[in-house]
Amino acid sequence: MPLETKISIKDFNFYYDSSQALRNINLDIRPKEIFTVFGPARSGKTTLLKSLNRLTDLIFGANHTGSIFLDGMDIFDSNVDLIKLRRRIGMVFDLPTPLPMSIFDNVAYGPKLSGKTKKCLNEIVEKSLKSAVLWEEVKDRLHTSALRLSGGQQQRLCIARVLALEPEVLLLDEPCSGLDPISTASIEETLVQLKKDYTIVLVPHNIQQASRVADRAGFFLNGDLIEEGPVYQIFTKPREKRTENYVTGRFG
Amino acid sequence: MIWTAALSTIAVMILILFQILREGLPVLHLSFFLESPKSMGREGGIFSTIIGTIALTGVAILFGAPLGVGTAVFLREYTRESKISRIIRFGTDCLAGVPSIIFGLFGFVFFVIKLNMGWSILSGGLTLTAMILPTVISTTEESIRGISPSYREVSYSLGATKWQTITRVVLPSALPGILTGILLSVGRSIGETAAVILTAGSSLVMPTSLFSPIRTMAVHFYILAREGISMEMAYGTGATLILLVLMINVIAQWLINRYIRRRA
Repeated sequence: MPLETKISIKDFNFYYDSSQALRNINLDIRPKEIFTVFGPARSGKTTLLKSLNRLTDLIFGANHTGSIFLDGMDIFDSNVDLIKLRRRIGMVFDLPTPLPMSIFDNVAYGPKLSGKTKKCLNEIVEKSLKSAVLWEEVKDRLHTSALRLSGGQQQRLCIARVLALEPEVLLLDEPCSGLDPISTASIEETLVQLKKDYTIVLVPHNIQQASRVADRAGFFLNGDLIEEGPVYQIFTKPREKRTENYVTGRFG
Repeated sequence: MIWTAALSTIAVMILILFQILREGLPVLHLSFFLESPKSMGREGGIFSTIIGTIALTGVAILFGAPLGVGTAVFLREYTRESKISRIIRFGTDCLAGVPSIIFGLFGFVFFVIKLNMGWSILSGGLTLTAMILPTVISTTEESIRGISPSYREVSYSLGATKWQTITRVVLPSALPGILTGILLSVGRSIGETAAVILTAGSSLVMPTSLFSPIRTMAVHFYILAREGISMEMAYGTGATLILLVLMINVIAQWLINRYIRRRA
């Protein structure tokens, strides 16, 4: 029986002006798994994530070939509703990026755009903050500026903000870079909780993080997908020499 | 060397303020503000010129702010560096360097005569709009440029359209800068004389509509002093002008600071 796929990437190439960032990527991501995309800097991880919700559209002079399917729908098709697509595929960036407004307004930003009512918003905000394990810390100061939270809290706020969209897929681009070990642990805990309901694509902060939380992994190097497979296999007996060298810390 | 430069700048400023306030403050009574000028301004107050100043500046900002902010948003958010954006920017830069009397001449020929609006608040206000546009555009552009690109990325990633991103993230973040630009423009409009005389006239009669001619405080000051009508009243008008500008600046700064504090 073939395994289900949530996202299917087929013969995907991506170019910034003249330089190629991704080369001939073929990859299937299954529903409700944490798939981790890892590799050294400039290997195309962020580009891959931003392609999945078409944030790459904002980059001038960017170009691609091949296709990406979400539940069988080609996301680059001209009649795809970009707004809906981005609500289905939420993204958390590598640095905490709260918008300069209150905690409440940050979480309510997405739902407000789709015209949710005031009463509805209160529920969504509470639920999202609870899922991101931030509610207890901020419930008494929802209307103070989000910029006053600590780094770890800000990043969990960004996760809550994405959850408020009720997406199907979460893209997390090094969500723990710049965070202390305690914040990192609480975000990892959150991720494992979230796996029950969401398909997660994670660029890990480091290899250890990938092995702690992920189900499957793909190793990227200079825009190529070197190999993919279950995490235990990738980290203990990789097929490729280059993967082994990276995992064992011989480069990168 | 640096100290001399800084100190002499401050000294000049204090000297001007001191001179005008010393001569002007004794004239300032409530009746000076609230009575209309009598016998060409030799007696009475300056009420109609205060109203004229506020109306004229109000019209200038009412048209200038949305036009200028709109142009800046267009330049920063809707176009990449291209021929069109360079032409617009070059045009506004040129406009910024044009002496105000030229704007006055343009306003006189175009608004007053061609569009037959006569010497009026509207003619004068629109002329001042043209004069302040470059300031509003460049300060708004500058403050939009300073907004972190990640805010935009976040907004789009949460399913916002371009318009929603501009109105909910870009403009609120740029607001303090925009207000500073508008404040500068208010100052220029209040202090303008040449362009105002040519387009809004110098009538001391209380205006009744946007098509009434008016005299602003700056023009009043100029005419009183220039024609030797009453130096005493001229200084009184000058002192009022200074206090008005001071008041506007203090209030605006207070509002801006409060806004920034609330968001941070």
